[in-house]
Amino acid sequence: MSELHLPGPGVPLPRPTVISRPFWDGCAQERLMFQRCTHCGSAVFNPAPMCRHCGEAELVWEESAGRGTIYSWTVAWRPQHPAFPTPYAAAIIDLAEGYQMLANVGHCHSEDLVVGMAVRVFFVDIGEGMRLPCFAPISAAPG
Amino acid sequence: MTHPYRNVALAGAFNTAQARQLPGHTSLSIALEAARGVLKRTGCDRMAIDGVFGEMAYEVAYALGVGPVWTPMGGAAGGIVSILDAANAIAAGQCRCALLTAGGAGLFSAGAESTAPWTRPENEFVISSGMFTAMEFALIAQRHMAVYGTRPEHLAHVAATIRNQGSINPQATFSGKGPYTIEDVLASRMIADPFHLLDCSLNAEGGAALLLVDADMAADLALPPVWLLGGCVDHMGPSYRHPPSWDLRNGGNGEIPNGYVGRRAARKAFAMSGLSPADVDTCEFYDPFSFEIIRQFEAFEFCKEGEGGDFVMEMMGLDKRYPTTTDGGLLSFGHAGGTAQLLQRVVRGVEQIQGLCVSGQVEGAEVALCSNGGAGAMFNDVLLLGKDRP
Repeated sequence: MSELHLPGPGVPLPRPTVISRPFWDGCAQERLMFQRCTHCGSAVFNPAPMCRHCGEAELVWEESAGRGTIYSWTVAWRPQHPAFPTPYAAAIIDLAEGYQMLANVGHCHSEDLVVGMAVRVFFVDIGEGMRLPCFAPISAAPG
Repeated sequence: MTHPYRNVALAGAFNTAQARQLPGHTSLSIALEAARGVLKRTGCDRMAIDGVFGEMAYEVAYALGVGPVWTPMGGAAGGIVSILDAANAIAAGQCRCALLTAGGAGLFSAGAESTAPWTRPENEFVISSGMFTAMEFALIAQRHMAVYGTRPEHLAHVAATIRNQGSINPQATFSGKGPYTIEDVLASRMIADPFHLLDCSLNAEGGAALLLVDADMAADLALPPVWLLGGCVDHMGPSYRHPPSWDLRNGGNGEIPNGYVGRRAARKAFAMSGLSPADVDTCEFYDPFSFEIIRQFEAFEFCKEGEGGDFVMEMMGLDKRYPTTTDGGLLSFGHAGGTAQLLQRVVRGVEQIQGLCVSGQVEGAEVALCSNGGAGAMFNDVLLLGKDRP
């Protein structure tokens, strides 16, 4: 049984753009933000200048409930960077609002991970006032 | 209708030495060694070159002392994309003799560096999560395993088969390493679930080059020409920024998901040639990770969706219906950095059809399907080569 590590202060930091800034500002307040297309209603993520579903460009920000399921996952066992002790997991999460995002998974063991597992978001401090959304099994997620 | 590449020939191909490190070389110097190698092998005078393609096209043109020549915008790109660019320029009469060369050396200077530096993520949506290439490709493989029941043994069979072809190849970086069994692969340490160490490509240094010429010039050169029967390029977006989802689709609901990127390209290539997978003698597929071979047999419609695991067990190998990645590929032959490893899949296809392989020669090979890319990187390009002029 190997407890999965999570990112923390010292990891390379994201550099937000004018498009993605509302997402990272939301994370800092522990709110998971995504965009929704006012034309076709699709959820859009990563943050984008237009809707890749219908091709229109009127997007508005909404807050996700932060619940979803694991669509696919992997556990890294080989160190890649000193800031990431192994093992640690990354997964593609299917959010309930109808979009996918890549995130780390923690508060569980590597053997627990399975496609379809229900997960909930929580946020970890990565330094310089930034927080990173991560996911955990619903019963184990902090907060 | 006349075939669009009827007048475009691959005159020859060349690999330099491949090794974990090539002391004394830079990427440019090893790319130039590859260029000189292909010119010598084909008997082509360098002053005939009027097109230079590949990642260092500007530097290569100057260093070789050729010009004025056609070069791609930015002097960039490589692999199958650049071969098709060169072929298109020759077909349009904008050049007659196109050199495509690539090389990597001095890229893995820090001893501990074992991830290809050009794949290290900088994008804001991956950089803080510790992503590296094996994890991106693992997310594709793991989804296929969950949906279709593909097993670690299937992946390990691919890895062992290709590595053993490298083991018997005196030109491979890992020549003599092996042979490996499925059990050996499964017993190697885990890198990123489901990939064990032996499921992952190596990192090495080396160069590779190709020469494309018009049909009239091909007749005067030293080797029998290889013909471009078809080719096409498939991309879903930029690599290593967005979640590498199997189900990412054009417009959200397009017919072909990212998991089968390359299918549109393969259909175009087969349609251009009038051939089908049943006509292919050797599959020189890109193999950054073992699972990608399974994925490509499905994407290119050699087998049905989800059946790639069983397909490779029965059909893949030098002594089976589909010899695959016959030089040892990125798993064992070379992975030279920049774009040399993209070019090397086509170098191998050319050598198979010219009968020049020092190991793993497929007897009487007349049609080779070469590919680049993979779904963890959200692209997959294909090139169909043949012995007979289209």
